Formats: sequence, C-alpha cells, structure tokens
Amino acid sequence: MAFDSFAAFVSMEGHGPYVWACYAVFFVLMIVLMAGSVRSRDATIESCRRRYELQAEKSTVAAAPTTSASFARVNVSQD
Amino acid sequence: MWQFFHKLGSPKWFFGISTRFMPWLLMSGILLLMAGVVWGLAFAPKDYLQGNSYRIIFIHVPTAFMAQSVYIMMASAALVTLVWRMKLADVFVKAVTPVGLVLTFLALFTGAVWGKPTWGTWWIWDARLTSMLILLFLYGGVIALDRAINDEKSAARAVAVLVLVGVVNIPIIKYSVEWWNTLHQPATFKLTEKPSMPAEMWVPLLLSVLGLYLIFGWLACIRMQTEILSREQRTRWVKEFVMKGKV
Repeated sequence: MAFDSFAAFVSMEGHGPYVWACYAVFFVLMIVLMAGSVRSRDATIESCRRRYELQAEKSTVAAAPTTSASFARVNVSQD
Repeated sequence: MWQFFHKLGSPKWFFGISTRFMPWLLMSGILLLMAGVVWGLAFAPKDYLQGNSYRIIFIHVPTAFMAQSVYIMMASAALVTLVWRMKLADVFVKAVTPVGLVLTFLALFTGAVWGKPTWGTWWIWDARLTSMLILLFLYGGVIALDRAINDEKSAARAVAVLVLVGVVNIPIIKYSVEWWNTLHQPATFKLTEKPSMPAEMWVPLLLSVLGLYLIFGWLACIRMQTEILSREQRTRWVKEFVMKGKV
C-alpha cells in the first residue's frame, strides 16, 4: 500500500479531487456505454420479435377462407 | 485462408462465434482492468515529480491508446469495405465509432484534469492535444456522415472514404511529442525500449490497457450483433434466433 491511512488515500496529498474526478467520469461513461449497448441489442431483438409475430398474424388472417367481398352493413359494437 | 476470410464475412458465422467468446472477453477484461486500476491507485509508488496526480495515467493511457487503435482498426475495416465489399467490415465501422468517440473524449478529459495540477492549465493548443481533438471530431464526423445518408451502401462507401482520409491524423498524434516541442510528456511504452518507469508502475498500466482492450472487444461484438440483427432481420436465421434463441 502506497498510503498510510484511508484518509491519505482519499486526499492523495491534495490531488484527490483530480484523480477521483477522472476515475468517476471514466467508470460512469464506460458503464453507460456498456449498458446502452446491451439495451440496444435487447431492443433490436424485441422489435424483430414483434415484427415476426405481426407477420405471422397477418399470414394466418390471409390464409383463412373468406367469402367474396360484400358491402353489406355489419353492426359492430363500438364500445 | 480464403475459406476463413469468406467465413469471417458471413454475419451468421460471426454472430455464432462472437456469442461464444463474449462472456470470456467481458469477464477477463473487467478483471484485468480492475486489477490494474486498484494496483495503480493504491499500491503503485507515487511519482517523485508529479506526486499522486500521475495515478490518472492508469486510465488516461489506456483510453488514449485505445482511441487511436480503434481508429486504425476502423481504417483497416474501411479498406476491406472498399476493396472487397465485405458487409461485416462496414458493420464493424458503424458499431465501434461511438466507442471510439467515448474513448477519445475520456482521453481528452482525463488529460485535461491531469494537466491542471501538473502543467497549471486544463488546456493548451499543443500538438498532441490538438491532434487528439481532431480525432474526436473525426469520430463525430463519421457518425454524422453515416446518419446523413439513407442508402446503406452509399453510406458505407462514404464513411469508408472519410475514415481512410482521416487516418493521416494517427501518425501526427503518435509523433507529435517527438516532432514538436510540446508540453505533453513522451510515450510511456515503446516497442523498442524498456519502459523508463519501474515495474510497479508499468505492470498495472499494462494490465489496464489489456483490460480495456478486451472490454472493447466485447463492446465491438455486442454492438456488431445489434447492427447485424437489424440489417439481416429478413433472413431465416435471424428469425430462428429471435424466436428460438439459437443460431
């Protein structure tokens, strides 16, 4: 250990604020960068999943047998 | 060799192999970086001239070193994009540019904070500092150019050209401390000479450089995967991966 006490370690003979500010900014930015990278990967996977599910839904709707189009009024509840 | 080269160009192959390596990259990177930082902060002897402020070196040198090597890697990838039109090379450039930007900012910031107690000033328009600032703008410029062009292929080519032109800045950064009489101290590590510091100082420094390199590897992998997923979402393997979780 290069310091006699924990207080000496924190103050670093007056250079403490400079040293600790650097380390704090370094770790905060690195963590933000890493967490952001993980989150954007997860978000991309999630958006792909939604897209595939939507496609699957559409294709089942399209595959269902339908009668030919008609313009008859259908009463659908609006609430 | 050529088969390997072709495989390397396949996004699917890269996705599978990188998934396997990533936990190791992250764990060993964090371990080495923490070992270097703790050793450097608490156990390395203090500098006879600069006192304890020199302890900033254990993050300043790794970030500055990585900021430049990321750019060199990007330039190599840009060359591959232009010559072989390899998709993965462009994916790499796009994925790591923000990482390079953050690392360059950190190198400048830690340098400025180190400069205050050592030189008595936060900033000076010295050759090393100015060329690093240009590197920061280059990274920013690459991101801006890529966002400005909608077509993926034209964006890839334009970005590759810009990255290659900017590579001229790298030797300027490296040799600035030798060509000009600058306030910045000369390089800590040289390939040809033994370090001028005692081992208790340069070993932790080397550990944190290696640690940051491995963490960069992890960041590059995960960011490339994100880019691959969004580009290749129409392919069957991405669909299978997203729905079943396997490549």
